[in-house]
Amino acid sequence: MAEFNKADFKGVWIVAEHRHGVLHNVSYELLGKGREIADQLKVELAAVLMGDGITPLASQLVAAGADKVYVVDNPMLKYFDDEAYAGVLAQLAEQFKPEIIWTGATAVGRAFFPRVSIKLNAGLTADCTAFELDFEKRDIMQIRPAFGGNLMAKIVTPERRPQMSTARYKVFKALAMDANRKGEIVKPEIKFDSIKVRAKMTDFIQELETTINIAEADVIVSGGRGVGSGDNFKIIRDLAQAINGAVGASRAAVDSGWVPYSHQVGQTGKTVSPKLYIACGISGAIQHMAGMQGSDVILAINKDAEAPIFSIAKLGIVGDLFEIVPALTERIKKG
Amino acid sequence: MDIVVCVKQVPDTTDIKVDPETGTLKRETAGTTMNPFDMYAVEEGLRLKEKLGGKVTVVTMGPPMAKEMLKIAIAMGVDEAVLLSDRALAGSDTWATSYAVAQMCKKLGYNMILFGKQAIDGDTAQVGPSVAEYLDIPCVTWVKKVREVSETEITVERMMEDGVDVVKATLPVALTVVKEINEPRLESLKGKMRAKKYEVPTWSLADVNGDPAMVGLKNSPTRVAKSWSPERKFGKAEMIDGADAAEKADKVFNRVKDLGFIK
Repeated sequence: MAEFNKADFKGVWIVAEHRHGVLHNVSYELLGKGREIADQLKVELAAVLMGDGITPLASQLVAAGADKVYVVDNPMLKYFDDEAYAGVLAQLAEQFKPEIIWTGATAVGRAFFPRVSIKLNAGLTADCTAFELDFEKRDIMQIRPAFGGNLMAKIVTPERRPQMSTARYKVFKALAMDANRKGEIVKPEIKFDSIKVRAKMTDFIQELETTINIAEADVIVSGGRGVGSGDNFKIIRDLAQAINGAVGASRAAVDSGWVPYSHQVGQTGKTVSPKLYIACGISGAIQHMAGMQGSDVILAINKDAEAPIFSIAKLGIVGDLFEIVPALTERIKKG
Repeated sequence: MDIVVCVKQVPDTTDIKVDPETGTLKRETAGTTMNPFDMYAVEEGLRLKEKLGGKVTVVTMGPPMAKEMLKIAIAMGVDEAVLLSDRALAGSDTWATSYAVAQMCKKLGYNMILFGKQAIDGDTAQVGPSVAEYLDIPCVTWVKKVREVSETEITVERMMEDGVDVVKATLPVALTVVKEINEPRLESLKGKMRAKKYEVPTWSLADVNGDPAMVGLKNSPTRVAKSWSPERKFGKAEMIDGADAAEKADKVFNRVKDLGFIK
């Protein structure tokens, strides 16, 4: 490993994510947190934007807080291919030497950041929910849940740079967009010849069932074993629609084939942190609670007053979900 | 087709305890098992072998007791299992672990390397793509279906937040799989008999030509500075009562409205 000096690495980078031409909210959120850390360190905050035909998006990253945007706009980056994205980011980091690189802990971020960390001999911390700066050492404390949220860990990268992390969305606050902010848009040279892409995306199939992605929803209405059948899930969908939320499910409901796996909340499904989580007929297995205990407000509806879900819920109703859920749907429709 | 499946031994419950003095995990209080996501990787390995022929080898890195966990895979029907165990590896983070696992794969030889999408203890999902990078092979994460596979090429479905990406990769390749991909088989009686007698070979770091300067706590880029049990956010729920469902619904509607969720 080449000798290196920590002081040679300067600046905070946010790798922006976009799917189908739209920037992901997590990129704005991380620019918000990145701005704060960059200001404390008195360094530049830069965004990295990779893709094909994405240059017009760069100004939005400046408006969201970036001092500089490194834009790599190339047909080779049309689709998300791990090796291409990892290759480009590693070349940029080797050339410009940032001390911190963050991206969203999304399916994309979590897939290609590990490859970059190996290329750069850098440490990588997954799925962070907080960052604290040790100003003296210029080390960033990376705080993350493990064991399905049952353990918190503070991770530090004392002797390597850059310090890389993926960070959970809906945790950090984006700055107000300011179209008057000034920022520099840079198009660095990339040696595409040296990048091999042996896994290529050839098609995308939009999932029909998912109208709202549960990982990003502000409100989630979830059904569990108590819902009883796939047909009965209609009352869950109806409530979700009335309250403009997404449909979630416990593992029991997914394993029974009532709802597709992409709706599963919990340790073997998705971790969600909506503002409101309505748990219907979900008793509250620890594996389920691991995936939703970060919700701002949990409303539990269950016929068993002793169900563990009530121990983490803010609001609870003991009763028959087949009566209460439709009644609540009606009440919401009435306004 | 040489298929290597990388698995991890994890505590068999999420209800783990933290030593309040040291802030470290009380691992001894929990039993251990195979990471649940890795069961899907083992199953997919077996299915690919049934289709293409060849051999399935399951590997892990861990303490000697991890041999018992490897026997689960033997009982499911894999051909061989190998343990990498060495004091020098203790405290390795994902960067160092991936290096060691990649060295194992090099020694075994492979056309395909399978992983569960992540381990339920660390929840990082980093080892699969990192091993692929060390080996300089492509990796497809979050695979929910193998559409087509030949000796040279594979087409899979990758589960994203908003749908499915279809990805075509050349072999050798690494895949990390999600639970939607299959339903793992149960251990067979014949498999259990074989597992009972099976001697799991144990390799040291030297056996896989591993560089001691690449592994262990000291050489890992990341360190755990502190760990603790999170405080639960809420105490006891505020219970909403009423004469009938309509009244309960009305009361909860007002509470939820007060909290600003209904405009």
